[in-house]
Amino acid sequence: MSNNLVMDIKDFYFTYAGVDKPSLKGINLPIKKNRITALIGPSGCGKSTLLRSMNRIHDLYPGNRYQGEIILYRDGEEENILNIKKENDFIKLRQRVGMIFQKPTPFPMSIYDNVAYGLKLAGVKSKSELDDRVEEALKDSAIWEETKDRLNTSALGMSGGQQQRLCIARAIALKPEILLFDEPTSALDPISTGAIEELIAKLRDEVSVVIVTHNMQQASRLSDYTAFMYLGDLIEYDKTEKMFLNPSKKLTEDYITGRFG
Amino acid sequence: MGGKLFRNFSFLSATISFFILIGIFSILFLYAQDAISEFGIDFLFSDEWEVDEDDEDLGVFGGLIPIVGTMLSTLIAMVIATPIAMGIAIFLTEIAHKSLIKPVSIAIELLAAIPSIIYGMWGLFYFAPVVQSTFGGNGVGLLTAGIVLAIMIIPFMSAITRDAMNSVPDVLKESAYAMGATKFEVIKDVVMPYAKGGIIGSIILALGRALGETMAVAFLIGSVMSLPQKVTDPTTSIPVLLANNFAEAQGLEMSSMYYLALILFVVSFIIISIAKFLFLRKEVK
Amino acid sequence: MNRLLLNKIILVLSTLSAILGIGFLFWILITLTYKGLSAINLDIFTHDLVNGGIRNLLIGQFTMALIASALAVPIGMFAGIWLREYSNNSKLAFVIRNLSDIMMSAPSIVIGVFVFAIFVDPFGSYNGFAGIIALTIMMIPIIINTTDNMLALVPKELREAGIALGGSKHKIILQIVIKAAKVGITTGVLLSFARIIGETAPLLFTSANNQFFTMDLTGQFPSLTVSIYNLATYPDEQSRQLAWGASFVLTVIVLAINLAGRYLTRHKK
Repeated sequence: MSNNLVMDIKDFYFTYAGVDKPSLKGINLPIKKNRITALIGPSGCGKSTLLRSMNRIHDLYPGNRYQGEIILYRDGEEENILNIKKENDFIKLRQRVGMIFQKPTPFPMSIYDNVAYGLKLAGVKSKSELDDRVEEALKDSAIWEETKDRLNTSALGMSGGQQQRLCIARAIALKPEILLFDEPTSALDPISTGAIEELIAKLRDEVSVVIVTHNMQQASRLSDYTAFMYLGDLIEYDKTEKMFLNPSKKLTEDYITGRFG
Repeated sequence: MGGKLFRNFSFLSATISFFILIGIFSILFLYAQDAISEFGIDFLFSDEWEVDEDDEDLGVFGGLIPIVGTMLSTLIAMVIATPIAMGIAIFLTEIAHKSLIKPVSIAIELLAAIPSIIYGMWGLFYFAPVVQSTFGGNGVGLLTAGIVLAIMIIPFMSAITRDAMNSVPDVLKESAYAMGATKFEVIKDVVMPYAKGGIIGSIILALGRALGETMAVAFLIGSVMSLPQKVTDPTTSIPVLLANNFAEAQGLEMSSMYYLALILFVVSFIIISIAKFLFLRKEVK
Repeated sequence: MNRLLLNKIILVLSTLSAILGIGFLFWILITLTYKGLSAINLDIFTHDLVNGGIRNLLIGQFTMALIASALAVPIGMFAGIWLREYSNNSKLAFVIRNLSDIMMSAPSIVIGVFVFAIFVDPFGSYNGFAGIIALTIMMIPIIINTTDNMLALVPKELREAGIALGGSKHKIILQIVIKAAKVGITTGVLLSFARIIGETAPLLFTSANNQFFTMDLTGQFPSLTVSIYNLATYPDEQSRQLAWGASFVLTVIVLAINLAGRYLTRHKK
């Protein structure tokens, strides 16, 4: 069972600081290796909250409470990432589980330094190794041609779509096992969106992808598996094709056919 | 770990303001002890200031004159500055053509940047004679000091008022215009009430600042230890008395100066706090 | 009809206020330039106060302001960093933030009295260190305020992106957040430098003044601003002239730094 899973979420509850009711209730969700899993649902259903639990970025803000397990699998070993407490272990987790945000977030430095940032944090020092891995990441993100002659210029001079691909390059430079995408194209124009979707589809070979999207067409285009969430519950999880053509639950069908949301 | 060190050092730095504040209160209170125990509360109401030539630990000192001078000069400044600062804020937010806003704002900001001693110089040699020919008197006195003080606090007050007025959502104003209100009515009935907190806060804050203004007032108020009978009479204020006489004072006189400094500090602190906590609450994101 | 008239009156009065404000600015600057330029010649920059020049005063004022900045900027920035990045807007942060803001408006003469008590009185003489301490105390709250506000403008996603790459908090702050806020913070530092270099009251009985050129901070230290105050009250014409010259130079310096700071943020907002 665990051979084709990279992460397994078991009976997961999440409560925000200062709030009584949990925002996520008893989530059970497998994340299959080298596949794209989409999280869909109306606003407030908890899909971003769930995504942000997978790299424990909630921990930037104190007071949140977890319950349950989130197991990360690698080479036969398993680790419950909810047990992580030490800063070093958090760092290691985030090197294995990367994240791309809705708003492109280029750092105020050169294109090269952006991509190399995570590598330097991870301790890569040799210039030649950095050069190679930066080039590889930019190639894998399909922006090598556009950037190779201006690697030392500021990343802030790029267009929105380019900046987002830069953020992807930055994340995959670390060769993570999982990449989390939080509505990566909702702030972009249709052409950039297409380019990014193409990129994500290709990444499947190297990483496992979890993508939160409010755009159902995007989910059905891109993903292999889809999880539909509503008000903090996981309503249905299935192969994407099946979910969209023949959903098991009425609520899922109503959402997919646009009756609400 | 570098992280812990960084965090702890940051925290330590943050507490510095707190310690400095406590330090100032404590030191002033400590050194004012002699005067406080000698004169008590009566210090606030006595207009005597007699140094005993033979014994520095004797003498009669009372803070009434500098306190009154401080209050009156500030009052004059506030009365003059408030309408003008409001006018400037209204001009910048509601009247000025887009291309005018930047240059006028910069001009006002430059007024704020001019060191107070320059106001003193200009005030003494250029403005005082004007006041003299218009109102009589000697040129230096309460009125001159008050007017120049007003000029100094106008930029500050108009900046905060302007920010407060700019925070009014356009939709609110548009709704009023859509009902046929004149510009003035929109300002009076929509903008002012909405920005009320910020505007009052700016007035009180400017008042707090004016209380402590030293150099310009030192040039212009006359530095005479007597109560003013007319508005053009020379007098003194707490900052001016300190500026001119603190260095040479000794014994009980010096302790009385610390007493005055303490009074000034406490009053400023209270006034500025009122402005901050009651009217200018900082929205924390 | 009455409504329209009232409206017109208010608008005219407001415009007049703005004109008045600008008028005063020009009046001050023009008189300053007129009086100041006639007092300026090469000599005053090459001689010290004892010989009728302002060389030592300029150097002294700059020295104290620079050292004060070297102390205040790191302390103020670290404090601002704690307030914005570590405190989680706790009650303590609320208190410290507001205390710092209050200190920004505190009377500078009182700070002079305070520093006199702890840095001059015990040593028996005015000294440059005391002047520097007084200026530092005045500068710290301004830097805290600027850093706090500029860091707040950095979007939280930038921090999250750094953390998501496995960065530790202090590295993210130094390498990403501060960098992103760099321009705003620099402007804040410049503006506060311009402010303290023009201060007189905190120096009156801390570093006092010195006619001679010296770099000895353990004794009275030359100050441009304190000199202006003294010179302006001397009866002789020459001293008055020098006071104007010094005033002109000081104003040019202060306004130049101010404009430079604003030029830096010309693209913002």
